[in-house]
Amino acid sequence: MANAFWFDFEKDVQDLHEQLEKARVTHEQGKLDMSDMVQTIESKIKEAQKSVYSHLTGWQKVQISRHPERPYTLDYIGHICTDFVELFGDRQIRDDKAIVGGFAKIDGKPVMIIGQQKGRNTKQRQLRNFGMPNPEGYRKALRLMKLAEKFDVPVVTLIDTPGASPGLEAEERGQGEAIARNLMEMAVLEVPIVCIIIGEGASGGALGIGVGDKVLMMEYTWYSVISPESCSSILWRTWDKKELAADALRLSSSDMFKNGLVDGIIKEPIGGAHHNPEEAYSAVKAAIKKELKSLRELDKETLVAQRIDKFSQMGVVLEPEDGA
Amino acid sequence: MATEDHGFDEFDDLNPSDSKWYVRTLSGILTKTKDKKPTPDGLWEKCKRCKEVLPSKDWIDHLYVCPSCNYHDRIGSEAYFHLLFDNGKYTEINAGLTSGDPLSFIDTAPYADRIKVAQHKTGLTDAVRTAYGKINGTPLGVACMDFAFIGGSMGSVVGEKIARMIDHCIATQTPFLMISKSGGARMMEAAFSLMQMAKTSAKLALLNKAKVPYISLMTNPTTGGVTASYAMLGDFNIAEPEALIGFAGPRVIRETIGKDLPKGFQSSEFLLDHGFLDFIVSRNDLREKLSTLLSIIWNKKKH
Repeated sequence: MANAFWFDFEKDVQDLHEQLEKARVTHEQGKLDMSDMVQTIESKIKEAQKSVYSHLTGWQKVQISRHPERPYTLDYIGHICTDFVELFGDRQIRDDKAIVGGFAKIDGKPVMIIGQQKGRNTKQRQLRNFGMPNPEGYRKALRLMKLAEKFDVPVVTLIDTPGASPGLEAEERGQGEAIARNLMEMAVLEVPIVCIIIGEGASGGALGIGVGDKVLMMEYTWYSVISPESCSSILWRTWDKKELAADALRLSSSDMFKNGLVDGIIKEPIGGAHHNPEEAYSAVKAAIKKELKSLRELDKETLVAQRIDKFSQMGVVLEPEDGA
Repeated sequence: MATEDHGFDEFDDLNPSDSKWYVRTLSGILTKTKDKKPTPDGLWEKCKRCKEVLPSKDWIDHLYVCPSCNYHDRIGSEAYFHLLFDNGKYTEINAGLTSGDPLSFIDTAPYADRIKVAQHKTGLTDAVRTAYGKINGTPLGVACMDFAFIGGSMGSVVGEKIARMIDHCIATQTPFLMISKSGGARMMEAAFSLMQMAKTSAKLALLNKAKVPYISLMTNPTTGGVTASYAMLGDFNIAEPEALIGFAGPRVIRETIGKDLPKGFQSSEFLLDHGFLDFIVSRNDLREKLSTLLSIIWNKKKH
């Protein structure tokens, strides 16, 4: 499948895709029998993909997580769920378009599915505020989670945000309070919560819908306390060290899993979810079904206690040797 | 070997074995905070804002609040413990917890070195201290952040000490006071520091279920991940006057919107106006106001 947008480090794969396209066109026009050629190029593409995508740096993974053709929350909902009833508004200020959510079914079983939504063109991006929620977005998410709790429906959140919106209105309306409230309420919500990082997992803006019994990351996504660019700007006092920062932050799915900060990784199609969205949808769907099946077996008290315990274990501290 | 071009020949006989006698081998202030001597009477200090000059002793007596302009100068955990607890008596817990370096993080300097330097400079082990004692006879648990330690940033130690203090408060049914003073999460612990937000908030949910009072005092500054977790979750959210309190820092917001920020934006008074604080309290009134509040909501239970 050919993309409209390629990264520099994908040059080898891109060139082969272009050759493949040309060979196909020639073949279809009936000028020459190119079927052998097509096969050769296809196998070359597989090899090139292997060498390009098996040694990605932290920064390259961050780039893939932001690929403009990557599936977004509503794409997943559209392909994984049926009977999606989208619910709007926080009942206080307005509806935040950067967070979407509602009741739906996955293979006939009810879920509450909530996620940050990015836009695909300039107009949509503005409407969705680049996937950066305002406080009313987090309050809408909490309202929907409380509804799910009331009707005993499990919660699934899809995380894809460059961060909570920084701005005058966000501060006036209590961005910090809104996120904090969600962390506290999600910790004790009495239904299963499965969170999946489907793109960018930036800091409090991601965690604000990310306190789950199971937190999974898709393979080419990132999750950390700050974006590599901002980290570079603050610690190195320049925007140019983003590659270094991306590696130092250990923000990739494999590092996050190794450090015990997420519970699993969902494998993506080679090169990223946008190379084969259908494959990505079914991988995400299978993961949600698997996790919910085992979480549904726990009683409420155990579920909440295990969730709190899991987050309580996170962190690395050195106890004093004398036990003081 | 001083050379002619430096013109140091005449000093050679002062230290013939080492011509570099004039090079400072150590930099910075090396006296630990705890080793510093109290300023003797007769010395003067100037208010950082209104420039009012007062004897140092008056500053200490006024808890570093300027008597003429009410400017609240920054103080550390030790000063808060002394002003809050009866007779300045308290028991510190988990004082020996120190930070690991789970990611072997290196930016312009290794994180492990930064911790050592901060510990040496401040005499503290990390950016929060936790202690319990009594306030006007009522038991109180306090976690107080120290800005002097890497900007009061929240890493694993901060999260863990707060979590353990909350556990202590639940187990002993003791009201909990959190004094925040932080630039936010500690980047050098990356996602580990992010998860401290979830950890502390989860513990506060348990404190809430146990119906033990939680008072969150925000002081200058309280921003980032601290605001977006424990600082904003008080049964009572209170603040010192004119503290900077916000989620995004003013510089980030200014760059995002491309405009200067309105005067007083993200100040305690701004937050009070917008409904996010219960009240603003001067440091001089803090002890009395907390005691009064606790006498209404807490002591009645005990009698």
